[in-house]
Amino acid sequence: MNVELSRRSLLKVAGAGVAATSVTAMGFGEAEAAVAAHVRPFKLVNTTETRNTCTYCSVACGVILYSRGDVRKGEHAELLHVEGDADHPTNLGTLCPKGAALKDFVKSETRLRYPMLRRPGSDRFERISWDQALDRIARLMKDDRDANFIARNQAGVTVNRWTTTGMLAASATTNETAWTTFKVAKTLGIVGFDNQARV
Amino acid sequence: MTNSWTDIRNTDLVVVMGGNAAEAHPCGFKWVTEAKAHRGAKLIVVDPRFTRTASVADYYAPIRQGSDIAFLLGVINYCIQNDRVQWEYTKAFTNASFIVKEGFSYSDGLFSGYDEEKRDYDRTSWDYEMGEDGFARVDETLQHPRCVWNLLKQHVSVFTPEMVQRICGTPQDKFLHVAQMISECSTPTKTMTSMYALGWTQHSHGSQNIRAMAMLQLILGNIGVRGGGMNALRGHSNIQGLTDMGLMSHLLTGYLNMPTEAETDYATYMKSRQFKPLRPGQTSYWQNYPKFMVSFQKAMWGEAATAENDWCYDYLSKLDVPSYDILRMFELMNQGRVNGYICQGFNPLMAFPDRGKSTSALSKLKFLVTMDPLETETSRFWENHGEYNDVNPASIRTEVIQLPTSCFAEDEGSLTNSGRWLQWFWPAATPPGEARNDVWIMSQIFLRMRELYRKEGGAFPDPIFNLSWQYEDPNQPTPEELAKEINGRALVDLTDPADPSKVLVQAGKQVVNFSQLRDDGSTMSGCWIYSGCFNEAGNNMARRGTEDPDGVGVYPNWTFAWPLNRRTLYNRASADLQGKPWDPSRKLLEWNGTQWTGYDVPDIAPTARPDQVMPFIMNQEGSSRLFTRGMMRDGPFPAHMEPFESPVPNVLNPRMRGNPVARIFESDVARFGNSEEFPFAATSYRLTEHFHYWTKHNRVNAALQPEFFVEISHELAAMRGITGGGWVRVWSKRGSVKAKAVVTRRIQPLHCDGGRVVHVVGIPIHWGFTGAARKGFNANTLSPFVGDANIETPGFKAFLVNIEPTTPPGVVS
Repeated sequence: MNVELSRRSLLKVAGAGVAATSVTAMGFGEAEAAVAAHVRPFKLVNTTETRNTCTYCSVACGVILYSRGDVRKGEHAELLHVEGDADHPTNLGTLCPKGAALKDFVKSETRLRYPMLRRPGSDRFERISWDQALDRIARLMKDDRDANFIARNQAGVTVNRWTTTGMLAASATTNETAWTTFKVAKTLGIVGFDNQARV
Repeated sequence: MTNSWTDIRNTDLVVVMGGNAAEAHPCGFKWVTEAKAHRGAKLIVVDPRFTRTASVADYYAPIRQGSDIAFLLGVINYCIQNDRVQWEYTKAFTNASFIVKEGFSYSDGLFSGYDEEKRDYDRTSWDYEMGEDGFARVDETLQHPRCVWNLLKQHVSVFTPEMVQRICGTPQDKFLHVAQMISECSTPTKTMTSMYALGWTQHSHGSQNIRAMAMLQLILGNIGVRGGGMNALRGHSNIQGLTDMGLMSHLLTGYLNMPTEAETDYATYMKSRQFKPLRPGQTSYWQNYPKFMVSFQKAMWGEAATAENDWCYDYLSKLDVPSYDILRMFELMNQGRVNGYICQGFNPLMAFPDRGKSTSALSKLKFLVTMDPLETETSRFWENHGEYNDVNPASIRTEVIQLPTSCFAEDEGSLTNSGRWLQWFWPAATPPGEARNDVWIMSQIFLRMRELYRKEGGAFPDPIFNLSWQYEDPNQPTPEELAKEINGRALVDLTDPADPSKVLVQAGKQVVNFSQLRDDGSTMSGCWIYSGCFNEAGNNMARRGTEDPDGVGVYPNWTFAWPLNRRTLYNRASADLQGKPWDPSRKLLEWNGTQWTGYDVPDIAPTARPDQVMPFIMNQEGSSRLFTRGMMRDGPFPAHMEPFESPVPNVLNPRMRGNPVARIFESDVARFGNSEEFPFAATSYRLTEHFHYWTKHNRVNAALQPEFFVEISHELAAMRGITGGGWVRVWSKRGSVKAKAVVTRRIQPLHCDGGRVVHVVGIPIHWGFTGAARKGFNANTLSPFVGDANIETPGFKAFLVNIEPTTPPGVVS
């Protein structure tokens, strides 16, 4: 479990306990039930809390993501809310105008959902399957590599350069993604390989 | 960053130059606020614009963009002239006393060895005089006329307050006020931190901007100490990680570098990487290079990499040019010499300079693959969006495959922040539609290509067949499996060299950190500097200990910092030659007579005596470098260079344009403008409500800053008949944009050499033609296609434009 019993969660657990105890003790059970019947329940009740990191700048503020469903239990999970991680030493729970609106990024209407193909000269994208997309990419890349790979330079030195296909890597992905990407790109001999650090 | 965000609380003076942390890094900037409120720290901002960082500064000074080196050399000159130098630190911990070879010189803005034809320097004279003992010669009295200190003193002497005003447009009294405040930090008990970002890197002399400040920090004794350092704020959430992991044309992982074609075999490659110490008894830690290199090769090609085949050295590409950086690739693409391109989470149509050239280049590709959570402009570069993307799809033959990826909320793994903390995070949501994570996509591309090579054969398939791919599910390696590979493990039992009967690490076990890596093929590690992140103690990046002993800001149990969980680089320099902290109230480490103790992991061997082993262990000198020998293409000292498009000539050499050794492609020469045609100095920047070209896809951020604008002064507005809120056209030699004008006092005209008035045009960068915000133009339509001479980062911060009132987009005037 990634969220240990932190200062913040301790307060929450304690708070819930106090509320439940006092309502019963004061004999307001019925009134409480009546109120609960028409008041919208607190939206973060029964959500899964997950520790994550803001995807924007390199301050790397800690965030808590609240979702319905638990993706680590194999369930479908939907993001409901994002807040700053109060236990994070750098941001201490605060977020900036970008980080505070992180949920809008995840739920953006322009999030991509399906692989798409735009044919030469066409003015539109058309939906294709993953298999179609990946087989096509592998074919295009292999054909280009086979046609243009420079195994040796003019002096006969082994140089193994593939200069006619290039790649830009994403600096908002994880180090583990980076390692996978690095292995594939450098093994193929792609020399035109950079990430956002170049700009 | 040499230090961490949480360490900024320990400073006495914050200098923000080349950045705008209050707007671009707001939650990190809160530590500046903290230092001001609780330590009485002061904040200085030097910027062409009166930013929101400036609005909370104790002192603000304006500067013309692109002239920072002159300003900083002026401050160094002020410190030397007024004896405001941390002498003990400078003498012991920098190369001030090293004697430079005869033949080194600097005049007319150029160093010795310049070849105008080649646009390059012969750097052989930029080196130390070597003694017969094989070590560099030094003069500890600093009397020798060619010792680094005296050469530096001479080099900066021209940058008087008058000269700074002529070049930078900073009024002398303001410059002197800043210089005086900075110079106070030369005492051992006062510390300054430098916070910078793209305002310094995005110039044709960006690396030298940063060097100039690093040198100033060294002579003030501010490197390695709490509240000090050179702190690159950095842009993306894992831009530090992707660089550390070597996803660059010229790099391998952990700052090992790609071989060149002159390095025909492994022995030749290693020959120029001996890193022999230049002074007696110094560490020169890069002497361990072969251990990291062999462990890296074993991580890549496993059992195929053997001593007999030079650890598969032949599999690595050998470069024929310094790098196939993005500018070179887009130049080649525009020449029709690139057929395929993959953009993973990258939007080059928005992010690269001279957008017209990018559109032309992408149109010549046979295929383009994009992997992104969002609709990027790049993936739709072929689509007509009127004035905002005026192309004819029918004439563009590029096949485009757009792949939907997961985003941070749906992914798991580690990200490295600018303070070098590797922070593990967990997934919370299911990706939309059929979006998949990047590891799966890259695995599929690899596995399908490998299968095609198995079936069909083809060009040199050996590295593809032998690439180590030992994952439980080859289709979807897990983040833990990958992180363990990055950390590294023993491939056979590792025994103690002193006692072969003693097994230090059993075969198959994770190494504790890079100190256990070997050069005989008995260990593997994907990225040596990250080793220690996931060892037998578990995933150290997932640690979330919030304790901070004595409140010093170190947080040693919060995730993992590279290298070796060290939070402040060069931290041994926080203590003097006896090992006592320069400032007892700001102790980081202390020598207890037998070893280093303190709050942080020592950045030196734990038993290295303070009077013998100097703190800059990665350098052959053991000390830091005020003079960098031939390691940078454009000078061993920073020199004043104008942008390629400057409103004023270079005062030191009016014939010299831009950086004299920056690479210029033939096709771009005609695309540079001059100050007669384009009289105004433009700069690009970010707004606090937006992150690059991403947040325009968000409803909230799109509502906060819905449309493109440019900022100009009241004086320029009056001169050109522009009214606030009215439409203007801004154009450079490369393109034209339309924007709403914001007329503001935040930008003021600057008075430079010979009474020239320089007007600044400020251009934020966040708009395009996809997303929730209004369609708009971007600054990269206007900016030039030229990069830094050392690292090829394009210059977006200083170029020339013209401006006039116009009609709104879509309306014919």
